[in-house]
Amino acid sequence: MAERYSSFAPGGTAWLLQRITAAFLVVVLAFHFFQLHFVNHAAEVTFLGTRARMENLGYFLVMVLFLIAGTFHGVNGVYNALVNQGLSGTPKKVVLAVLTIASVALIVQGIWVALAMAGMI
Amino acid sequence: MSQSYNRGLIEDYGRWKEFSAGMWAWIFHKFTGWMLIGYLFTHIAVLSTAIGAAQGETVEVFAEDLPNVEGTGLTEVDIYTATLGGLEGLFIVRLLEVGLLAVAVFHILNGLRLLMVDLGIGLEAQDKSFYASLILTGVITVASVPTFLRGVGF
Repeated sequence: MAERYSSFAPGGTAWLLQRITAAFLVVVLAFHFFQLHFVNHAAEVTFLGTRARMENLGYFLVMVLFLIAGTFHGVNGVYNALVNQGLSGTPKKVVLAVLTIASVALIVQGIWVALAMAGMI
Repeated sequence: MSQSYNRGLIEDYGRWKEFSAGMWAWIFHKFTGWMLIGYLFTHIAVLSTAIGAAQGETVEVFAEDLPNVEGTGLTEVDIYTATLGGLEGLFIVRLLEVGLLAVAVFHILNGLRLLMVDLGIGLEAQDKSFYASLILTGVITVASVPTFLRGVGF
């Protein structure tokens, strides 16, 4: 019998959150690509077009949730990949701190961008 | 008790010739994941020009150079439209977008496969579903090329 093989702590909320965000991202990432490459074309995007989309509150909220879910899922994935590679001890704590700061910065910047797009600031 | 297989350390990439389908799926999922999170940071950086645009920041561009600007000659446009149009006018950016689509589609399809594996559904076919993810990614990517390269080759 092989050893238990996972970078997640047993029974951890990170494991569950990684899967919940995955289920959400599967749908929203597919929608995002379809919306901005097939319904609208990326080469035809303008500030006014973006503003028109982001002024819709439902779309705005989905995009902000998309940002938060994507950042958590991606950064948590990177952290787990590094733990799998054998990261441990103090370097593990430093990496976790750096990734957490980067995540918060990305989400704050992304929400600022979303508010600017929607004309709320 | 659940059955498990000891195939040795997957992080030992040097023995890649011995890897099975599920191990390749693991590596591809990791590789595409790194690409996607890297892109997310870049994406938000580029879209941050919307902050300047909202504050009325403009630049002068030649309308002919940008696919998202109408008219001819020197035209004043907001910094967001100019940045996105400048990027979308480049063949290499469009090509990279096709690559991004391929990476995202594989990560989505293999992600669905992993959710099924976590739920214990179709475990006996996990290798086949990996091959199906690969083939479907290829088909969707190829089918999307005309849309993605419109105006810079198609």
